[in-house]
Amino acid sequence: MDTTSIPVLSLKDIVKRYHNHLAVDHVSFEVAKGTIFGLLGPNGAGKTSLIRIITRITAADSGTIMLEGEPLHALHPSMIGYMPEERGLYKKMKVGEHLIYLAQLKGLTFKDARKKAKYWLEKFEAGNWWDKKIADLSKGMQQKIQFIATIIHDPKLIILDEPFSGLDPINANLIKDEIYQLKEKGASILFSTHRMEQVEEICEQIILVNQGKKILDGSVSNIRKTYKENIYSIEYSGLDAKLLVSNDLYEVTTQDSGMATLRFNAGATSYAVLKSLLDTGMDIHHYNEVLPTLNEIFIKKVSQNNA
Amino acid sequence: MHKIWLITQREYLTRVMNKAFLLTTFLTPVGFVLFFLIMGFIMDTGSDKTKNIVVIDPVNLLADKPASANNLKFLYSNKSLKDVKQDYGNKTFHGILEIAALPIDSASSFQVDYHSDEQLAIDEMVALEEVLATHVRAHKLKAYNLDEKVLNHLDTDISITPKSVLEEKEISSLTTIVSSVIGGIVGYALFFIITLYGSQVMRSVMEEKINRIVEVLISSVKPFELMMGKVIGVGLVGLTQIGIWLILIPLIFIVGTAAYGIDLESASQMAANPAADQILSQQDKILQVLSELKALNWWAIVPLTLYYFLLGYFAYAALFAAVGSAVGEDINEAQSLTLPIMLPLLAAVYIGFSAVSAPDSSLAVYASMIPLLSSIVMPVRIPFGPPVWEIALSMILLLLFTILLIWLAGKIYRVGILMYGKKASFKEIIKWMSYHNT
Repeated sequence: MDTTSIPVLSLKDIVKRYHNHLAVDHVSFEVAKGTIFGLLGPNGAGKTSLIRIITRITAADSGTIMLEGEPLHALHPSMIGYMPEERGLYKKMKVGEHLIYLAQLKGLTFKDARKKAKYWLEKFEAGNWWDKKIADLSKGMQQKIQFIATIIHDPKLIILDEPFSGLDPINANLIKDEIYQLKEKGASILFSTHRMEQVEEICEQIILVNQGKKILDGSVSNIRKTYKENIYSIEYSGLDAKLLVSNDLYEVTTQDSGMATLRFNAGATSYAVLKSLLDTGMDIHHYNEVLPTLNEIFIKKVSQNNA
Repeated sequence: MHKIWLITQREYLTRVMNKAFLLTTFLTPVGFVLFFLIMGFIMDTGSDKTKNIVVIDPVNLLADKPASANNLKFLYSNKSLKDVKQDYGNKTFHGILEIAALPIDSASSFQVDYHSDEQLAIDEMVALEEVLATHVRAHKLKAYNLDEKVLNHLDTDISITPKSVLEEKEISSLTTIVSSVIGGIVGYALFFIITLYGSQVMRSVMEEKINRIVEVLISSVKPFELMMGKVIGVGLVGLTQIGIWLILIPLIFIVGTAAYGIDLESASQMAANPAADQILSQQDKILQVLSELKALNWWAIVPLTLYYFLLGYFAYAALFAAVGSAVGEDINEAQSLTLPIMLPLLAAVYIGFSAVSAPDSSLAVYASMIPLLSSIVMPVRIPFGPPVWEIALSMILLLLFTILLIWLAGKIYRVGILMYGKKASFKEIIKWMSYHNT
C-alpha cells in the first residue's frame, strides 16, 4: 500500500462537551502528508479544544482520531510537536539544559537531545546561547528557543497555535522559512490562527470552525474560487475622461482615473466583457479576477453562522 | 515511569543546586555549632587567669586552709590589713579577703570584706562565696555539736517509680517525660516539614502555570506524571535536607556535650547503676535522660515516623498541588484556597500537643486513626508505645486515603493547570473532579 496516501492526521466526528457547552461539535477533517494545514476560527471557536484532543491533553467524548492510520495512542506525543498559544519556558534554566529536558520528555536520549539542541541552536545562529539563562534572553530569542523545543524531536506532525503572535517581522520570517523547510523534509504542519493573511500565504488546505462546528474546508484556492463574486479589476488608458458605464454585461462598482472594478452579471464571460471594452477603443494594461480574501470569506461565513 | 523520573530529576536538581537551598541546609547546623562554640567560649573566659588573693583570717574560719577555688589562689597572711595594703601597690595579688570575726551561730547572714581596686568576676565571686559558705556551715555544725552524716540523712529524695502490671517492660520515672518531649518534637517537626515542602510543591505548580510552560509539558507527559514527578522531586529535596541535618545535628550534639563535659558512655553506665542515682544532681538527670533516650525503641520509632511523614507529605503535597493548579497568578488567592489544607494540619498539631500529655485519650486515639490528622498525631503517640493494632489500622487507613487523595488531586490538577484568567471557586474545583479526561 502506498503510505503517502494515508493522511498524517484524520479526525472523524469529534465531540467534546464541557458541562452545558459543546466545545467541539462533530468535527471531521484530514491533514495530508507534507502539507501545511490551517485550522481557522474566531476566538472561542473550538480550535484549542481540537488541538488539545489531538495532542492527547484532553480526550474527546466521542469520535476517532487516527495518526498515520493508527488510532491515537500513548506513544504518539513523541510524533507530535506542539507549540501552544499559551507558551513559556522555565526562566531559571539554561538554554541548553532546557532544550535537552524538553527533548528527553519527548523520548529522546540525553545524547541525541544534546546533539539536536546544538544543531538547531547553530541553525538559528544561537550557538553561543547554550549557557545563557532563559530569563536573560529577549522575547524574540525566547520564541526561537520555544520553536526549537517544538521541533527538536523531528515530529511528523507539527502543531502551531498562533505561532507568530508576539514575534517581530524578522523572527516571524525566520520561523516561516523554517516551516517551509520542515514541510520540504516531509513534516506536516497544522497551523491554527485567526489571522487570515498568514493563512492565505502559508496554508494549502484549511478548515474553518465556528462555535464548535466545521463551517468550511478545502484548499485555499478552491475556497476562494467557490466564494468568488465575479469581480474583475482593469487598468486602462486611451479614453481620457471617458467613464465606463454599467451595461447588461457588467456593473461598474468603483472607478478611478484609469482603474475600475467590475462585477460581471450572470452569464457574462471574460471574452464578451473584454471584447466590448476593447471595442470602445481603450487600451487595457491589466486585467484580473479579484478573488475574495479569506478574511472576507471568514467574516461572511462567521456572521452568517452566528446569525 | 521514565518521564516521572525525568521530571523528578529536574525538580530535584534545580532545587538542590539553588543557592538558597545550600545556604539553609548547611548554614542552619553551622549556625548551631557556632552558637554552641560562642556560648562555651563566653562561659570559659574570665576563669583562665590565676588571681592571687591574700587571706587575713585571724579567727581561723578557714581552718583547713584551702589552697584555691576556681582560678583563685589563696595566700594566707598573718600580717595586719594595714601592712598587707602597703604591698598592694606591687600588684602581686588581686585583693585582700579579710575575715574579721567568726559568724554568730544563729545568724542567717555573714559578712566579710574584700579589699581591691578591681572587681572579681561573677563566677569568681560565686566560688569565693562557696568556700566561705562551706566553712561557715562546718563552724556552725561544730558549734551546735551536730554530726554531718545525721544532717544528710534528713534530706530525702522522693521518686515515684512506675511499674508495669501485665507487660514485662521496664519503665522509669523519666520515660513519660522523655517520650513526651520526643513526641512533641516529632509532631511539630512533621507539621513544619509538611507545610514547608507542601507549599513548595504549590509554588512550583503555580510557577509552571504562570510561566505558561505547563501546556508544552503536558503535550509530552500526562498531567498526573507531571504532578507526581513534582511531588516526588520536592519530597526528595526534603529528605535530603533532613538527612543532612540528621548527620550534622548529632555532630553538633557531640560538640555541644563535649563543651559541657558530659561523656555519653559514662552517662549510660552511671544511670544503670542504682547507687549512683540516689543523689540526683543536675548532671545526673541529664545522664538519666540520655540513657532513657537510648532505651527507646528507635527501630520502631524511626521507620514508623518516616512512614507517616512520607504518606502525610504525599497526601498534603497532592492537595497543595491541586490548589496551586486552581489559582492564577494571585498569591492572595492561593492563601484563601490553602486554608482548607491548613485547617486539618493545624488541628493535627494541636491534637498532637494534647496527645503528648494524654497519649491514650480518646481524642488522641481517634485522631490517630483519621487520615490527614493521623500523619502527625500517630508519630506523637508512637514513643509511648500504643497498641500494635491501632498502629496497623491507622497505617492502612492512611495509605488508602493518600492514594484516593492523590487520585482526586490529579483530577483537579489536570483541569486547573489549563484554566487561565478565571478565579476558581470551591464549587468549581469539586466539579473538575467529574470532568472526563483521557
